[in-house]
This record gives sequence, structure tokens and C-alpha cells, in this order.
Amino acid sequence: MSDELLAIADRVIGWAHDGEQVEVVVGKSRSTEIRVYEGDIESLSSAESQGLGVRVVVDGKQGFAYAGSLDPDVLHEVLDEARDNAAFGTPDEFLGLAEPDGVPVPDLDLYRPGLFDVPTDRKVALALDLERAVRAADPRISGIEAAEYADGVSEGVVVTTTGIRATGRDSACYVGAYPLATDDGDTKTGFGFSVGREPSELDVDAAASDAAQRATRLLGAVKPAGGRMTVVLDPYVTAQLIGILAGTMNGEAVLKGRSLFADRLGDEIASSVFTLVDDPTNPLAYTASHTDGEGLATRRNVLVENGVLQKFAHNAYTARRSGTVSTGSAVRGFKSTPGVGCRAVSLVPGTRSQPELLAEVGDGILVSSVAGLHSGVNPVSGDFSTGAEGLRIVDGVLGQPLREFTIASTLQRMLKDVVAVGNDVEWLPMSAAGVSLVLRDISVSGT
Amino acid sequence: MPAAGLIDDDVVTRVLSAALRTGGDFAEVFAEDKRSSSAYLDDGKIEELSSGRDRGAGIRVVVGETTGFAHTADLSETGLLAAAEAAAAAAREGGAGTRTVALTRTEVRHPSPAQIQPSDVAKATKVALLQRADGAARAAGGDIRQVSASYADSRRRILIANSDGLLTGDDQVRTLFTVGAVALGDTGMQTGRESIGHTIGFELFDRYDVEELARAAAERALTKLAARPAPTGELPVVIGPGGGGVLFHEACGHGLEADLIAKGASVFKDRRGEQVASPLVTLVDDGTVATEWGAFGCDDEGTPAQRNVLIQDGILTDYMWDFLRSRKEGRPRSGNGRRQSYQHLPMVRMTNTFILDGPDDPASIVSGTEHGVYVAKLGGGQVNTATGDFVFGMTEAYLIENGEITEPLREGNLIGNGPEVLQNIEAVGNDFEFGPPGTCGKDGQGVPVGDGVPTLRVSKLTIGGSAA
Repeated sequence: MSDELLAIADRVIGWAHDGEQVEVVVGKSRSTEIRVYEGDIESLSSAESQGLGVRVVVDGKQGFAYAGSLDPDVLHEVLDEARDNAAFGTPDEFLGLAEPDGVPVPDLDLYRPGLFDVPTDRKVALALDLERAVRAADPRISGIEAAEYADGVSEGVVVTTTGIRATGRDSACYVGAYPLATDDGDTKTGFGFSVGREPSELDVDAAASDAAQRATRLLGAVKPAGGRMTVVLDPYVTAQLIGILAGTMNGEAVLKGRSLFADRLGDEIASSVFTLVDDPTNPLAYTASHTDGEGLATRRNVLVENGVLQKFAHNAYTARRSGTVSTGSAVRGFKSTPGVGCRAVSLVPGTRSQPELLAEVGDGILVSSVAGLHSGVNPVSGDFSTGAEGLRIVDGVLGQPLREFTIASTLQRMLKDVVAVGNDVEWLPMSAAGVSLVLRDISVSGT
Repeated sequence: MPAAGLIDDDVVTRVLSAALRTGGDFAEVFAEDKRSSSAYLDDGKIEELSSGRDRGAGIRVVVGETTGFAHTADLSETGLLAAAEAAAAAAREGGAGTRTVALTRTEVRHPSPAQIQPSDVAKATKVALLQRADGAARAAGGDIRQVSASYADSRRRILIANSDGLLTGDDQVRTLFTVGAVALGDTGMQTGRESIGHTIGFELFDRYDVEELARAAAERALTKLAARPAPTGELPVVIGPGGGGVLFHEACGHGLEADLIAKGASVFKDRRGEQVASPLVTLVDDGTVATEWGAFGCDDEGTPAQRNVLIQDGILTDYMWDFLRSRKEGRPRSGNGRRQSYQHLPMVRMTNTFILDGPDDPASIVSGTEHGVYVAKLGGGQVNTATGDFVFGMTEAYLIENGEITEPLREGNLIGNGPEVLQNIEAVGNDFEFGPPGTCGKDGQGVPVGDGVPTLRVSKLTIGGSAA
């Protein structure tokens, strides 16, 4: 299928004027989404989307345009519009497209044509099986807001006048459920999911037990007393935290004065057990990718090693402006110009399981979910405050469920306050992997 | 007819018939043509102008409780018929049959039709706005280190036709301008941000001065340089006019959406007619408020926007409804069926959600607070509708000491429980204002929404600051 997209991109590139750089990104995707409710199909959507984005750089100025269509009559219009937009940009000597850098494209198996052979009835059955399994998992499950199956196949190409010619495609599927649990007048919610590249890789039972456990384990929760204490973050919470951290460790944030780590390369910013890696070449990551948004090969980047800040993620522009090379970290869809971002960050795991970590902590709180993390973290000042739920840790084991409290610190202090990283790495359908994380001296507000 | 020309009437009729071929009891065509443009300035440079076009149709077929949906970017009859077949196949349980739909055009009146189409405005004029904002923010003081500004407009023409014979459409133009400033001081960096957005055209800039907006953003960042950590724990909170509408959007708005009610995922289920809030609270959702960010002529199912009173003097009067939920309950729709684009199914969404004026003098609300927090502006938030627990960020807040607003506070989160907060509102002022434009996310779909509040006091909310 990529040949068709390459042909479209080549056609537009053929219209480039002398003295201008043109980049064409073409994307196409097919997806299915099935929602079931109380044993019946609630909705079944099937969709095909496509479109292209064109970036023009001329005289050091950049313009962009896109269309959610690949109709032949649209292609020239998009190029013309991007060219016209470039006329209004401010000249910047560092603007320009990526150029081939010789880094080989990783050999990754991200696409399974078998996804297309799975009949719709089978996909519906997976969602229904999951809904049934969650209900059966615990008598306190009082309802299931949604159980769903979704899959998608996407492919994209990046072609430029600077010699980039990248293609990529992948497939993914997912089942997930959002149950409600009720006990003694108290209601709580949970979620569980399983991800794979094709339906045979989905684990419905694991998704069901996660969903039921998350929904039931906070029943009867109370507000904790406030104070400073040690907290253990569940893997899913850690994933959200390191996702935000990684967002401050990129060239764009640094150049724009929006990173608290701007002048800290080479400094010890975290505890020595903290090693943060962005590796989209790891096939275990569901967000793995052959190439980045500018068509360069993805690569493994160590951002923080044993607590020392090693590097920032860069795309072609931020690298040029910072006097370094792209780390293959351009991220974008066809509707925007490339930004910079990490695709697959994870912490290098420690040696202990979560129960072992809890035993070591003795007394504290296990944070099982957070809310409002994005509004509660200021990537410039490092201020950190988020709503949380969890369970009390008493004498090294989990006790009373807790709700409606906040945890607060600053990112700077939290990184230094990392006591241990667990061995329970979980790959999630997001740009960061989860793992249990122990942080000391966190301010907890409650009653 | 705003959306005329998107698809011919006779093509729409044939597509609806095709969609009903497998026995669907309802079919709908939603076509959309959206053009958008944006410009971005950062660090004194116009980084980029961008233009976009999205056009396509989503076709929905309902059989009993099952919905089939397919969308296409191809608005030709062939493309539409293929999508109709796919949607019909997805909802194939009904008996086969042939139905012909007789369409009746319904004109909707948009509350604020655009006076100046942004596409008619020269790009250079839009760029100049950014540069003026940049200059004004920098002039606010030497501690301002970074300024960014963005301009965005969109024109969304939609057509909705369904097997009940409805044929209608809307022409929605929105214009948005945002300025962000970063100040550097002894305590580190602080940010300030201001935005204006209305459902109108380029006349937005006849109503607002971008330089004033830029100065406000810069002042905010500078003020926060002197901010101290927010306190931690439960305190009385005074919400300032306009800046805290998101509290009600999160604390109860989402819980009043009929789709969540139907699934038992709301603490407000089965509570109509009950006192769910302090008698001072009257909560309204109103898509007809001219120029507000969540305003429109008709929703994305073709229902005209309307004003719905959700809570009257503390008593829960009604939920918000879309087509599917209102059909099931046998009641009228409320104009709350919205979707992000033709690629999405509609669901129950808010429009402009706000608290009406109360009896109190705003100054006395503050002076009557011994020790607490004054929140001038709230940031983004989220809620778990099943439990009512919500959280949102404070982007501009001050300490109240002995009845007076004193020091600025650094950012922190506010958390609480919707039903509890509604009961704990002990004063509502008479100085109502709408707040800045927002984007509400639900099930992965974002739609523009507005909100607003007068000054009000909640007897206690949990504040998650970092002061020990």
C-alpha cells in the first residue's frame, strides 16, 4: 500500500520550485471500534482516514498546510497554500528539513496483515467476552460503563527534496473495560485493558481481572491525614509521571525556556537509581516506530543515566539550533509540523517486586491513580501537585483504601527523592512504560 | 442554507435510503467542511502559518440499541453510498426493507453569525496582531523572558439529514487568540497566559485589544514571581468571577449528561427533583448565548441550540440529552448532541455552562472569609462522574487573610467531590462573568465549550499545595 502513498508524495515533490525545500507527509489509516453494553453491541464504527501535510522552507522561512483528503485536486492546493504561508514567516537560519544521517532504520515487526482476516464477529466476541469476564470477576461489580474492542492499521510516508524517503506501517488492537463497583452505598470505578498487534495477542482474562481489581480495591476509601511521607507509585502512575518528565527533556522545551532542566546537562538531577531511556526501537513498546516524523531512523536515547542528565531529545530544527544532531525524535501527524517528543520512555528497572518494595517502605501510601497531573505540574517552575487515590501501607503491607487527597512536591526534589525502582515494567498503550517507583518526603494533603 | 452545496438534496435522500436498506430504524448523514488557519509567534519570530482543510461525512444507522457508523472523506455519491453500506452492515440485525425519506429543510438561526470571515482577512493582518502582542508583553518589564502568541480561526459548515425527514445545517465560525509570557526572577520561572475566543469572525479584534491581553498575561507571570507555595489541606475557597466556571463544568456538568446517567455512571442518577445543591445555585447550559465559545445554531444532530436549566435554586431539574438518549426516554432533545468532527459519533456534551448571579456583594464574600484562598483563575480539570471526585489546577490564586486578599500563591491543585461542593456553596455574588474559551474532552473527543460564574464561596475544598 505504501507505493500508492509514495507516488502521491513524489508527485507533490515534483512540483517543488528551485531554491525551496519541500517535505510531504502522507498518512492513511483504517480502524474498527466496537462498544458493547449489557451483552449487546452498542456501536460498531469502521473508518478509513487519509490526508497529507506539506511543509515548505524557502529563504529561511517556513510555511505549512494540510488536507484530510488525497483527492488529486487537493494536492496542488495544499502545496500552494504552504508556499504562500512561508512568505509570512520570520527568517531563521536554523529552519530546514531533515537530511539523511546514515543511521540504519531498525528492523521491527510492527505490522500483521492477519488483522484484516479476523472477522468482525470475532472482534465483537472479544468485547463481549471481556464484559462477561469483568462481571464474573467480583460480586461487587455493579455495572460496566463500557467494554470495547478497537483496532487500527496505519501507514505513512515522508518524502523530501533533501533526500529523505521513509515509509512505515503498523497494526494494533486493544480491548478495554470500564467497570463500576458498589459496596455498602460506595461506588468506585476501574479500568483494565490488553494491547497487541493482532487479536490473538490480546489477554482478555488479564484485562478483566485488572479492571475488577482496580474498581474494587478502593471501595470504602477514606481521606488520609496529611503530612510528609514515603509514597509508592503504581506502574501506571509512574508512566504518567515519566511521560511528563520526558516532555521537559527535549530541545524545543529547552530552547523556548520552558524546561527546568535547560542548563543542567551533565548535572546530577536525580537519585543514582534513576535511569531514563527513550527507545522506540524496543519492539516491546506499543509505540515503537521505524522512523520519526521527519523520516529519520528512530534510535535508543539515554536521557538520564544513574541520575545524571545526559541529553535532550531533538528534531532536525532544535538540533541545528542547539549545535547537535537530531535524535530521531520528531513527532507529528500529517496535520502539523514536527514537534519534539519521546515515543517510548521507560525507567531501567530495579530488582525488587512491588510487595518487596512495600515491605521495605513499612509505612506510607501506595498511589494507585492520579488525576489532574497535566494541570498540576508546571514544567517551567517544577511545581508538582496532583489529586490522588490509593491505599495505606502499614507495616509493609497494603491496608485502608484512601481517596480525595493530593500529593505535592517539586519535580526537582522528587527526582532526588527517588528511593527505588521496581522490577515490574509494564508496557502500556502510551509513550511511557510503567514500573513501581518509591519516592520519599512527599507532601500529602488530606483532612 | 449555510451548508448548502456540501451534498445535493437528492443524493442525501438516496444515501439515507441505502443506509436503511438492512432494516435500520434511523439513519443520519452528517457532512462537514472545515477550514482552519493559524499563526504562531514565539521568541519574537513568526514561526509558522498553517492552513488546514477537512471535509467528509459520517453516516449513522441505528437498529434498536445498536448503532453502526462509518465515515468517509469522499463526498461523491459513490463514496457516501459505500459509507452507508458499511454503517448499515454494522447494524444489520433488523429486517430488510425499503424506505424513502422525505426531507424537510429546517433553517436554524445562528446566535452570532460571523460579520467578517477570517478567510477574507489578509494573512499579514493576522501576523501583525501577534507582533503587537509580543511587543506589549515585553514592554511589561525586564523580567519577561519569553513571549508566545497564537492566532487561530476556523469555519465549520455542517449539514445534517436524517430518516425522520430533517435536513438542516449550520455555519460555525470561531476565532481565538492566546498570549503566554514567562517571567524569570529569584524564585525561578513563572508563566502567565491569557486567551480570548468567541464564536464570531475577525470582528473579535474590534471587541478586544491584543496588547491589553498581552499585558495581562505578562502581569500575571510577574505577579507569580513573588508567589509563595499554596497551603495544603481543607480551606474555604472564594472563586472569582469568570475564572472558575470550570468548577461547575467538572463538579456537576458531566454528571448531568444523560448517557452517563443511563449507564449508572453518575452520582446524579435518579436525583431529579431533589435538592442537590445549596439553594443559592442555579446552573444553566445554554448553546444560544451569542458569541460564547460553546455557542452554535444547531448541534451536530441538527437540534437547534437551546437554554436548559439543569439546577434551579439547588433543585436538580433536568439532565442534558442527545438523540439516542432522548429517543429512549421519549422526551425532546436538548441540543446537546455534539461531535468533534465527521469522523466521530455524537454524544451528550455541554455547550456554555454557568451559574447565575446570586444575592451577595462580591466584596463582602471576600471580607467575610477569615482565612482561605481566592482563586482568580482555574486551569484544566477532570472528574470521575461515577464518584463525583474532581480535580483542577489553580493558575492564579491568592491567600485570603483576615478578610483581605494578600499574597499570590504558586500553582497547585484543588480537589473535591461534586455533590459535596454543590451543597457547600455558602455565598454567590452578583457579578457574573463568562470565562475564557475551553476545550472539553470526553471519550477522546474535544469540543469547544464556555463557562462562567459570579464570585462565590465554597466552605471547604482540599488544596494540594507544597507548603508543609
